[in-house]
Amino acid sequence: MPSHTFKLNGQQVTVDVPDDLRLLWVLRDVLGVMGPKYGCGLDVCKACTSHINGKAFNPCSVRISDIKPTDEVTTIEGLPATVGKPLHPMQQAWLDFDVAQCGYCQPGQIMAAVAKVKQARAAGHEITDADLDELRNICRCGTYFRIREAVKAGAQKM
Amino acid sequence: MALRTPEQKADEVAATPTGTGRRSFLGYLIAAPTLVVAAQVGAGALAPQAAQAAIPSLPQPEELFDLGDLQDLAALSTSTMIAIQLNTDGTASFALPRAEVGQGITTLVAQLIAEELDLPIDKVHITLADARPELLFNQLTGGSNSTRSMYTPVRTAAAIAREQLMIAAAAKWGVPVSTVSTNSGVVKSQSGKTATYGSLAVAAAATQRTSIQVQLKPAAQFTVIGKAQNRIDALDAVTGRKTFAMDLKIPNALPTMVRRAPTVNGTVKSVANIAAVKAMGGITDVGIISTGVAVRGATFGQCIAAVNALNVTWNPGPVDAESDATIAKKLKAAELPLVVPPLPLLTQAVDDTFTFAFASNSPLEPNCAVADVRPDRAEIWSSLKVPIAAVQQIAQNLGLPQTAVSAHVVQGGGSFGRHLFSDAAIEAAEISRKFGKPVKLMWHRTDDFRHGRTHPMSTSRVRVTYGLGNVISYEQRHTSVQTDFTHGLGEMITAMAAKLPAGNFVGFSESIFELTQSVPYNFGVVTQLLNETFAYDAFHTGSMRNIYSPNVCVATELIVDRVAAKMGKDPLAFRREYLKDARTLAVLNKVAQVGNWGRAMPAGMAQGIAVHNEYKGAIATLVEIDCRPATVNRQVKDAVTGPRVTKAVVAVDVGLPVNPRGLEAQMLGGISDGIALILTSSVHMKDGLPLEGSWDNYFYTRQWNTPLDIQVIVMPPTTGQPGGAGELGVAPVAAAVACAYARATNTAPTSFPINHGTLSFTPLPRSVIPPEPTDGLSHAF
Repeated sequence: MPSHTFKLNGQQVTVDVPDDLRLLWVLRDVLGVMGPKYGCGLDVCKACTSHINGKAFNPCSVRISDIKPTDEVTTIEGLPATVGKPLHPMQQAWLDFDVAQCGYCQPGQIMAAVAKVKQARAAGHEITDADLDELRNICRCGTYFRIREAVKAGAQKM
Repeated sequence: MALRTPEQKADEVAATPTGTGRRSFLGYLIAAPTLVVAAQVGAGALAPQAAQAAIPSLPQPEELFDLGDLQDLAALSTSTMIAIQLNTDGTASFALPRAEVGQGITTLVAQLIAEELDLPIDKVHITLADARPELLFNQLTGGSNSTRSMYTPVRTAAAIAREQLMIAAAAKWGVPVSTVSTNSGVVKSQSGKTATYGSLAVAAAATQRTSIQVQLKPAAQFTVIGKAQNRIDALDAVTGRKTFAMDLKIPNALPTMVRRAPTVNGTVKSVANIAAVKAMGGITDVGIISTGVAVRGATFGQCIAAVNALNVTWNPGPVDAESDATIAKKLKAAELPLVVPPLPLLTQAVDDTFTFAFASNSPLEPNCAVADVRPDRAEIWSSLKVPIAAVQQIAQNLGLPQTAVSAHVVQGGGSFGRHLFSDAAIEAAEISRKFGKPVKLMWHRTDDFRHGRTHPMSTSRVRVTYGLGNVISYEQRHTSVQTDFTHGLGEMITAMAAKLPAGNFVGFSESIFELTQSVPYNFGVVTQLLNETFAYDAFHTGSMRNIYSPNVCVATELIVDRVAAKMGKDPLAFRREYLKDARTLAVLNKVAQVGNWGRAMPAGMAQGIAVHNEYKGAIATLVEIDCRPATVNRQVKDAVTGPRVTKAVVAVDVGLPVNPRGLEAQMLGGISDGIALILTSSVHMKDGLPLEGSWDNYFYTRQWNTPLDIQVIVMPPTTGQPGGAGELGVAPVAAAVACAYARATNTAPTSFPINHGTLSFTPLPRSVIPPEPTDGLSHAF
């Protein structure tokens, strides 16, 4: 079985799994990291959204062999540490606006939101409604409106 | 009224010796190491709603006695205990016999306990009770009934607990109980002595079961009930710590998936390569089950590869020849006749039929369950809204006594009606028995859409006659592919009754339709009848955040707009004139005022307004929609864009809002659902299978469909009793969107969702799981 190594939430991890196993299964089934959720396995619902080197991506659609040893993968569990606080400002905004209903999609929503705010800033502007319209994460409870409020508020503290 | 029962009277003891005149409630001290107080569940108030008006319509069944009452009444005859336990650390614990699927019932119940126990809410711990077969009807989560059924029993137990803590403290200090009081988890004496609840939990414990009467706080003294409360599970949700069934770490419960048939209810004829697939990397077991071929392996990724490598020959299913068009014909044939004859000299009629496509109640968390079946016992973990029936069915399937099967109710990642059925738990138990090993069963998303439950296709024909300036009759004939109600009222007896020939329709569909539907207007002679076609299990059907209401309400309100136009009246003015009840009128007036009804809008944009009564509540919605080409044709990859609802105003009166913030959240969900049902989301049934296989095929509301302006107005308490809220918002939002769309486009839409006629995606192949993408890194942002 091939050995693969990468940095996960600040720690170097090594797993012995087949090359073509998708990263989501490495995280959940092998490493027991349960924050990224399965919602489709087709890179559509975005419930597993995590970060790779600071950018949002979906581990359901990346083979472990495509992850380099130097790549830094951050899941919702590792998000607070990226700002050195108990909670990332976006997580706090989610609490302030009481966004979550069932909560299943929310780790992915938060990870996508953080990346979206950074992407907007890299393009030279604060997050807009047009940017928020680009978020593809499904919330079947329909919390979209509070998500929009929370992202805007969280962005101000990022 | 006549429906009040002896059991209920026993629960509501008249006046107390203190002579305050306030009603007392009965609870029990339970013998236990610390203070444990119990109360019976199932004592809902059965107060009729008043009806008054122009040409008064006789009260319809729903108005007097609705589905929640039926659930409450079913509960009365068998009700037993729910119990609150005080712990020595000063916290209170309560195992809620309901599912939490995102609607905030654990938070609401924590509020009830905090209120009556006088304890900070962060010291109230709510867990979900395992299946408790002795509770019979009292462990079903559905019909927006959880708050209604828990409101009084939970407060009763909490209030008794508080009194017992005061008695224990008074005894300890040798002072009269009347001289001690509580404050936020501490008992105090007049001389300044204090004792925490934790320090009294053992002293207050009972040594034998004792019945106790207690009075509940009057509403004027509420400090928690009625105040906005954030979710008690929010921190777990945003940190990824909230645990769903697939996050459980049950020893040796390895990932398990199933290869499913190319058509609904198809079965396995043969498998050519079981041994070869079992030899694939990571795979431990392969076997034929009643619903397909099961595969167990080290990871879900390896299970997907193995599922797709299976070479299976299939038997057909019962509906292989059925598609949307053939089903529509059968619905038309099954429609019950209208009875009011046209009276051409004096009256005119508006008569039309509305068609509603199949829709998916798939939550974001797919069907899943963990099962550990041994020769002599079985243990199940899943999000179960009807856990008792699940235990009974699994026991029967496995040939085990009911007492040998335990079911743990896990937090669900949504439900929307899906978890009224225990499909995944039952299947997981079958697989675990077959393999002789624990399994962690998860359905693939594509299977969840195709073989999971759908809200069935239906039509609603409405004929209204009017003349001499008044509405004379309203007839509605709702015709549906049969909705599966074999979950019964929570346990095996009624579930079995539903499975008898005609039992599902005669015993359930018909009754539930009559108990849930009513027309909120005084339209003279009103009849609303249901007929259903196909066997209850021909397709996989079920309720979906309401049962019939959204479709029935959309048909009603579209016709109301048309009748108003024919009679030369403004839609708001017409509704004001004909509405039956004051609460509904009040919410209608509220949305009209806040939403600025009638304001000038550009061509291609319009407002819509609608009302609904159900679950002892009243709700009105005003929306604005943008159907201008620039909006309709906006481009988003793999998306249905189309018209956009730009604004939604909801005013809701649930009688007594326990948690206004949670209620608002339920309305936000209702807005997302209502928009989806009218504009974008449906299932296309084709040759016995839904074509939808991903969230980019089933177009549930996304950010690009979400209104940028939403206002939810929670009306102040009206009845003093909490009604249901989980499903309440969907129907009036769907109706308002449909009315707004008709007005903005100057059309008379009759088929929903409006995009159903155009297949906006390329269907994924049948039977196999779509390949896992490999290009995720190229989409990083």
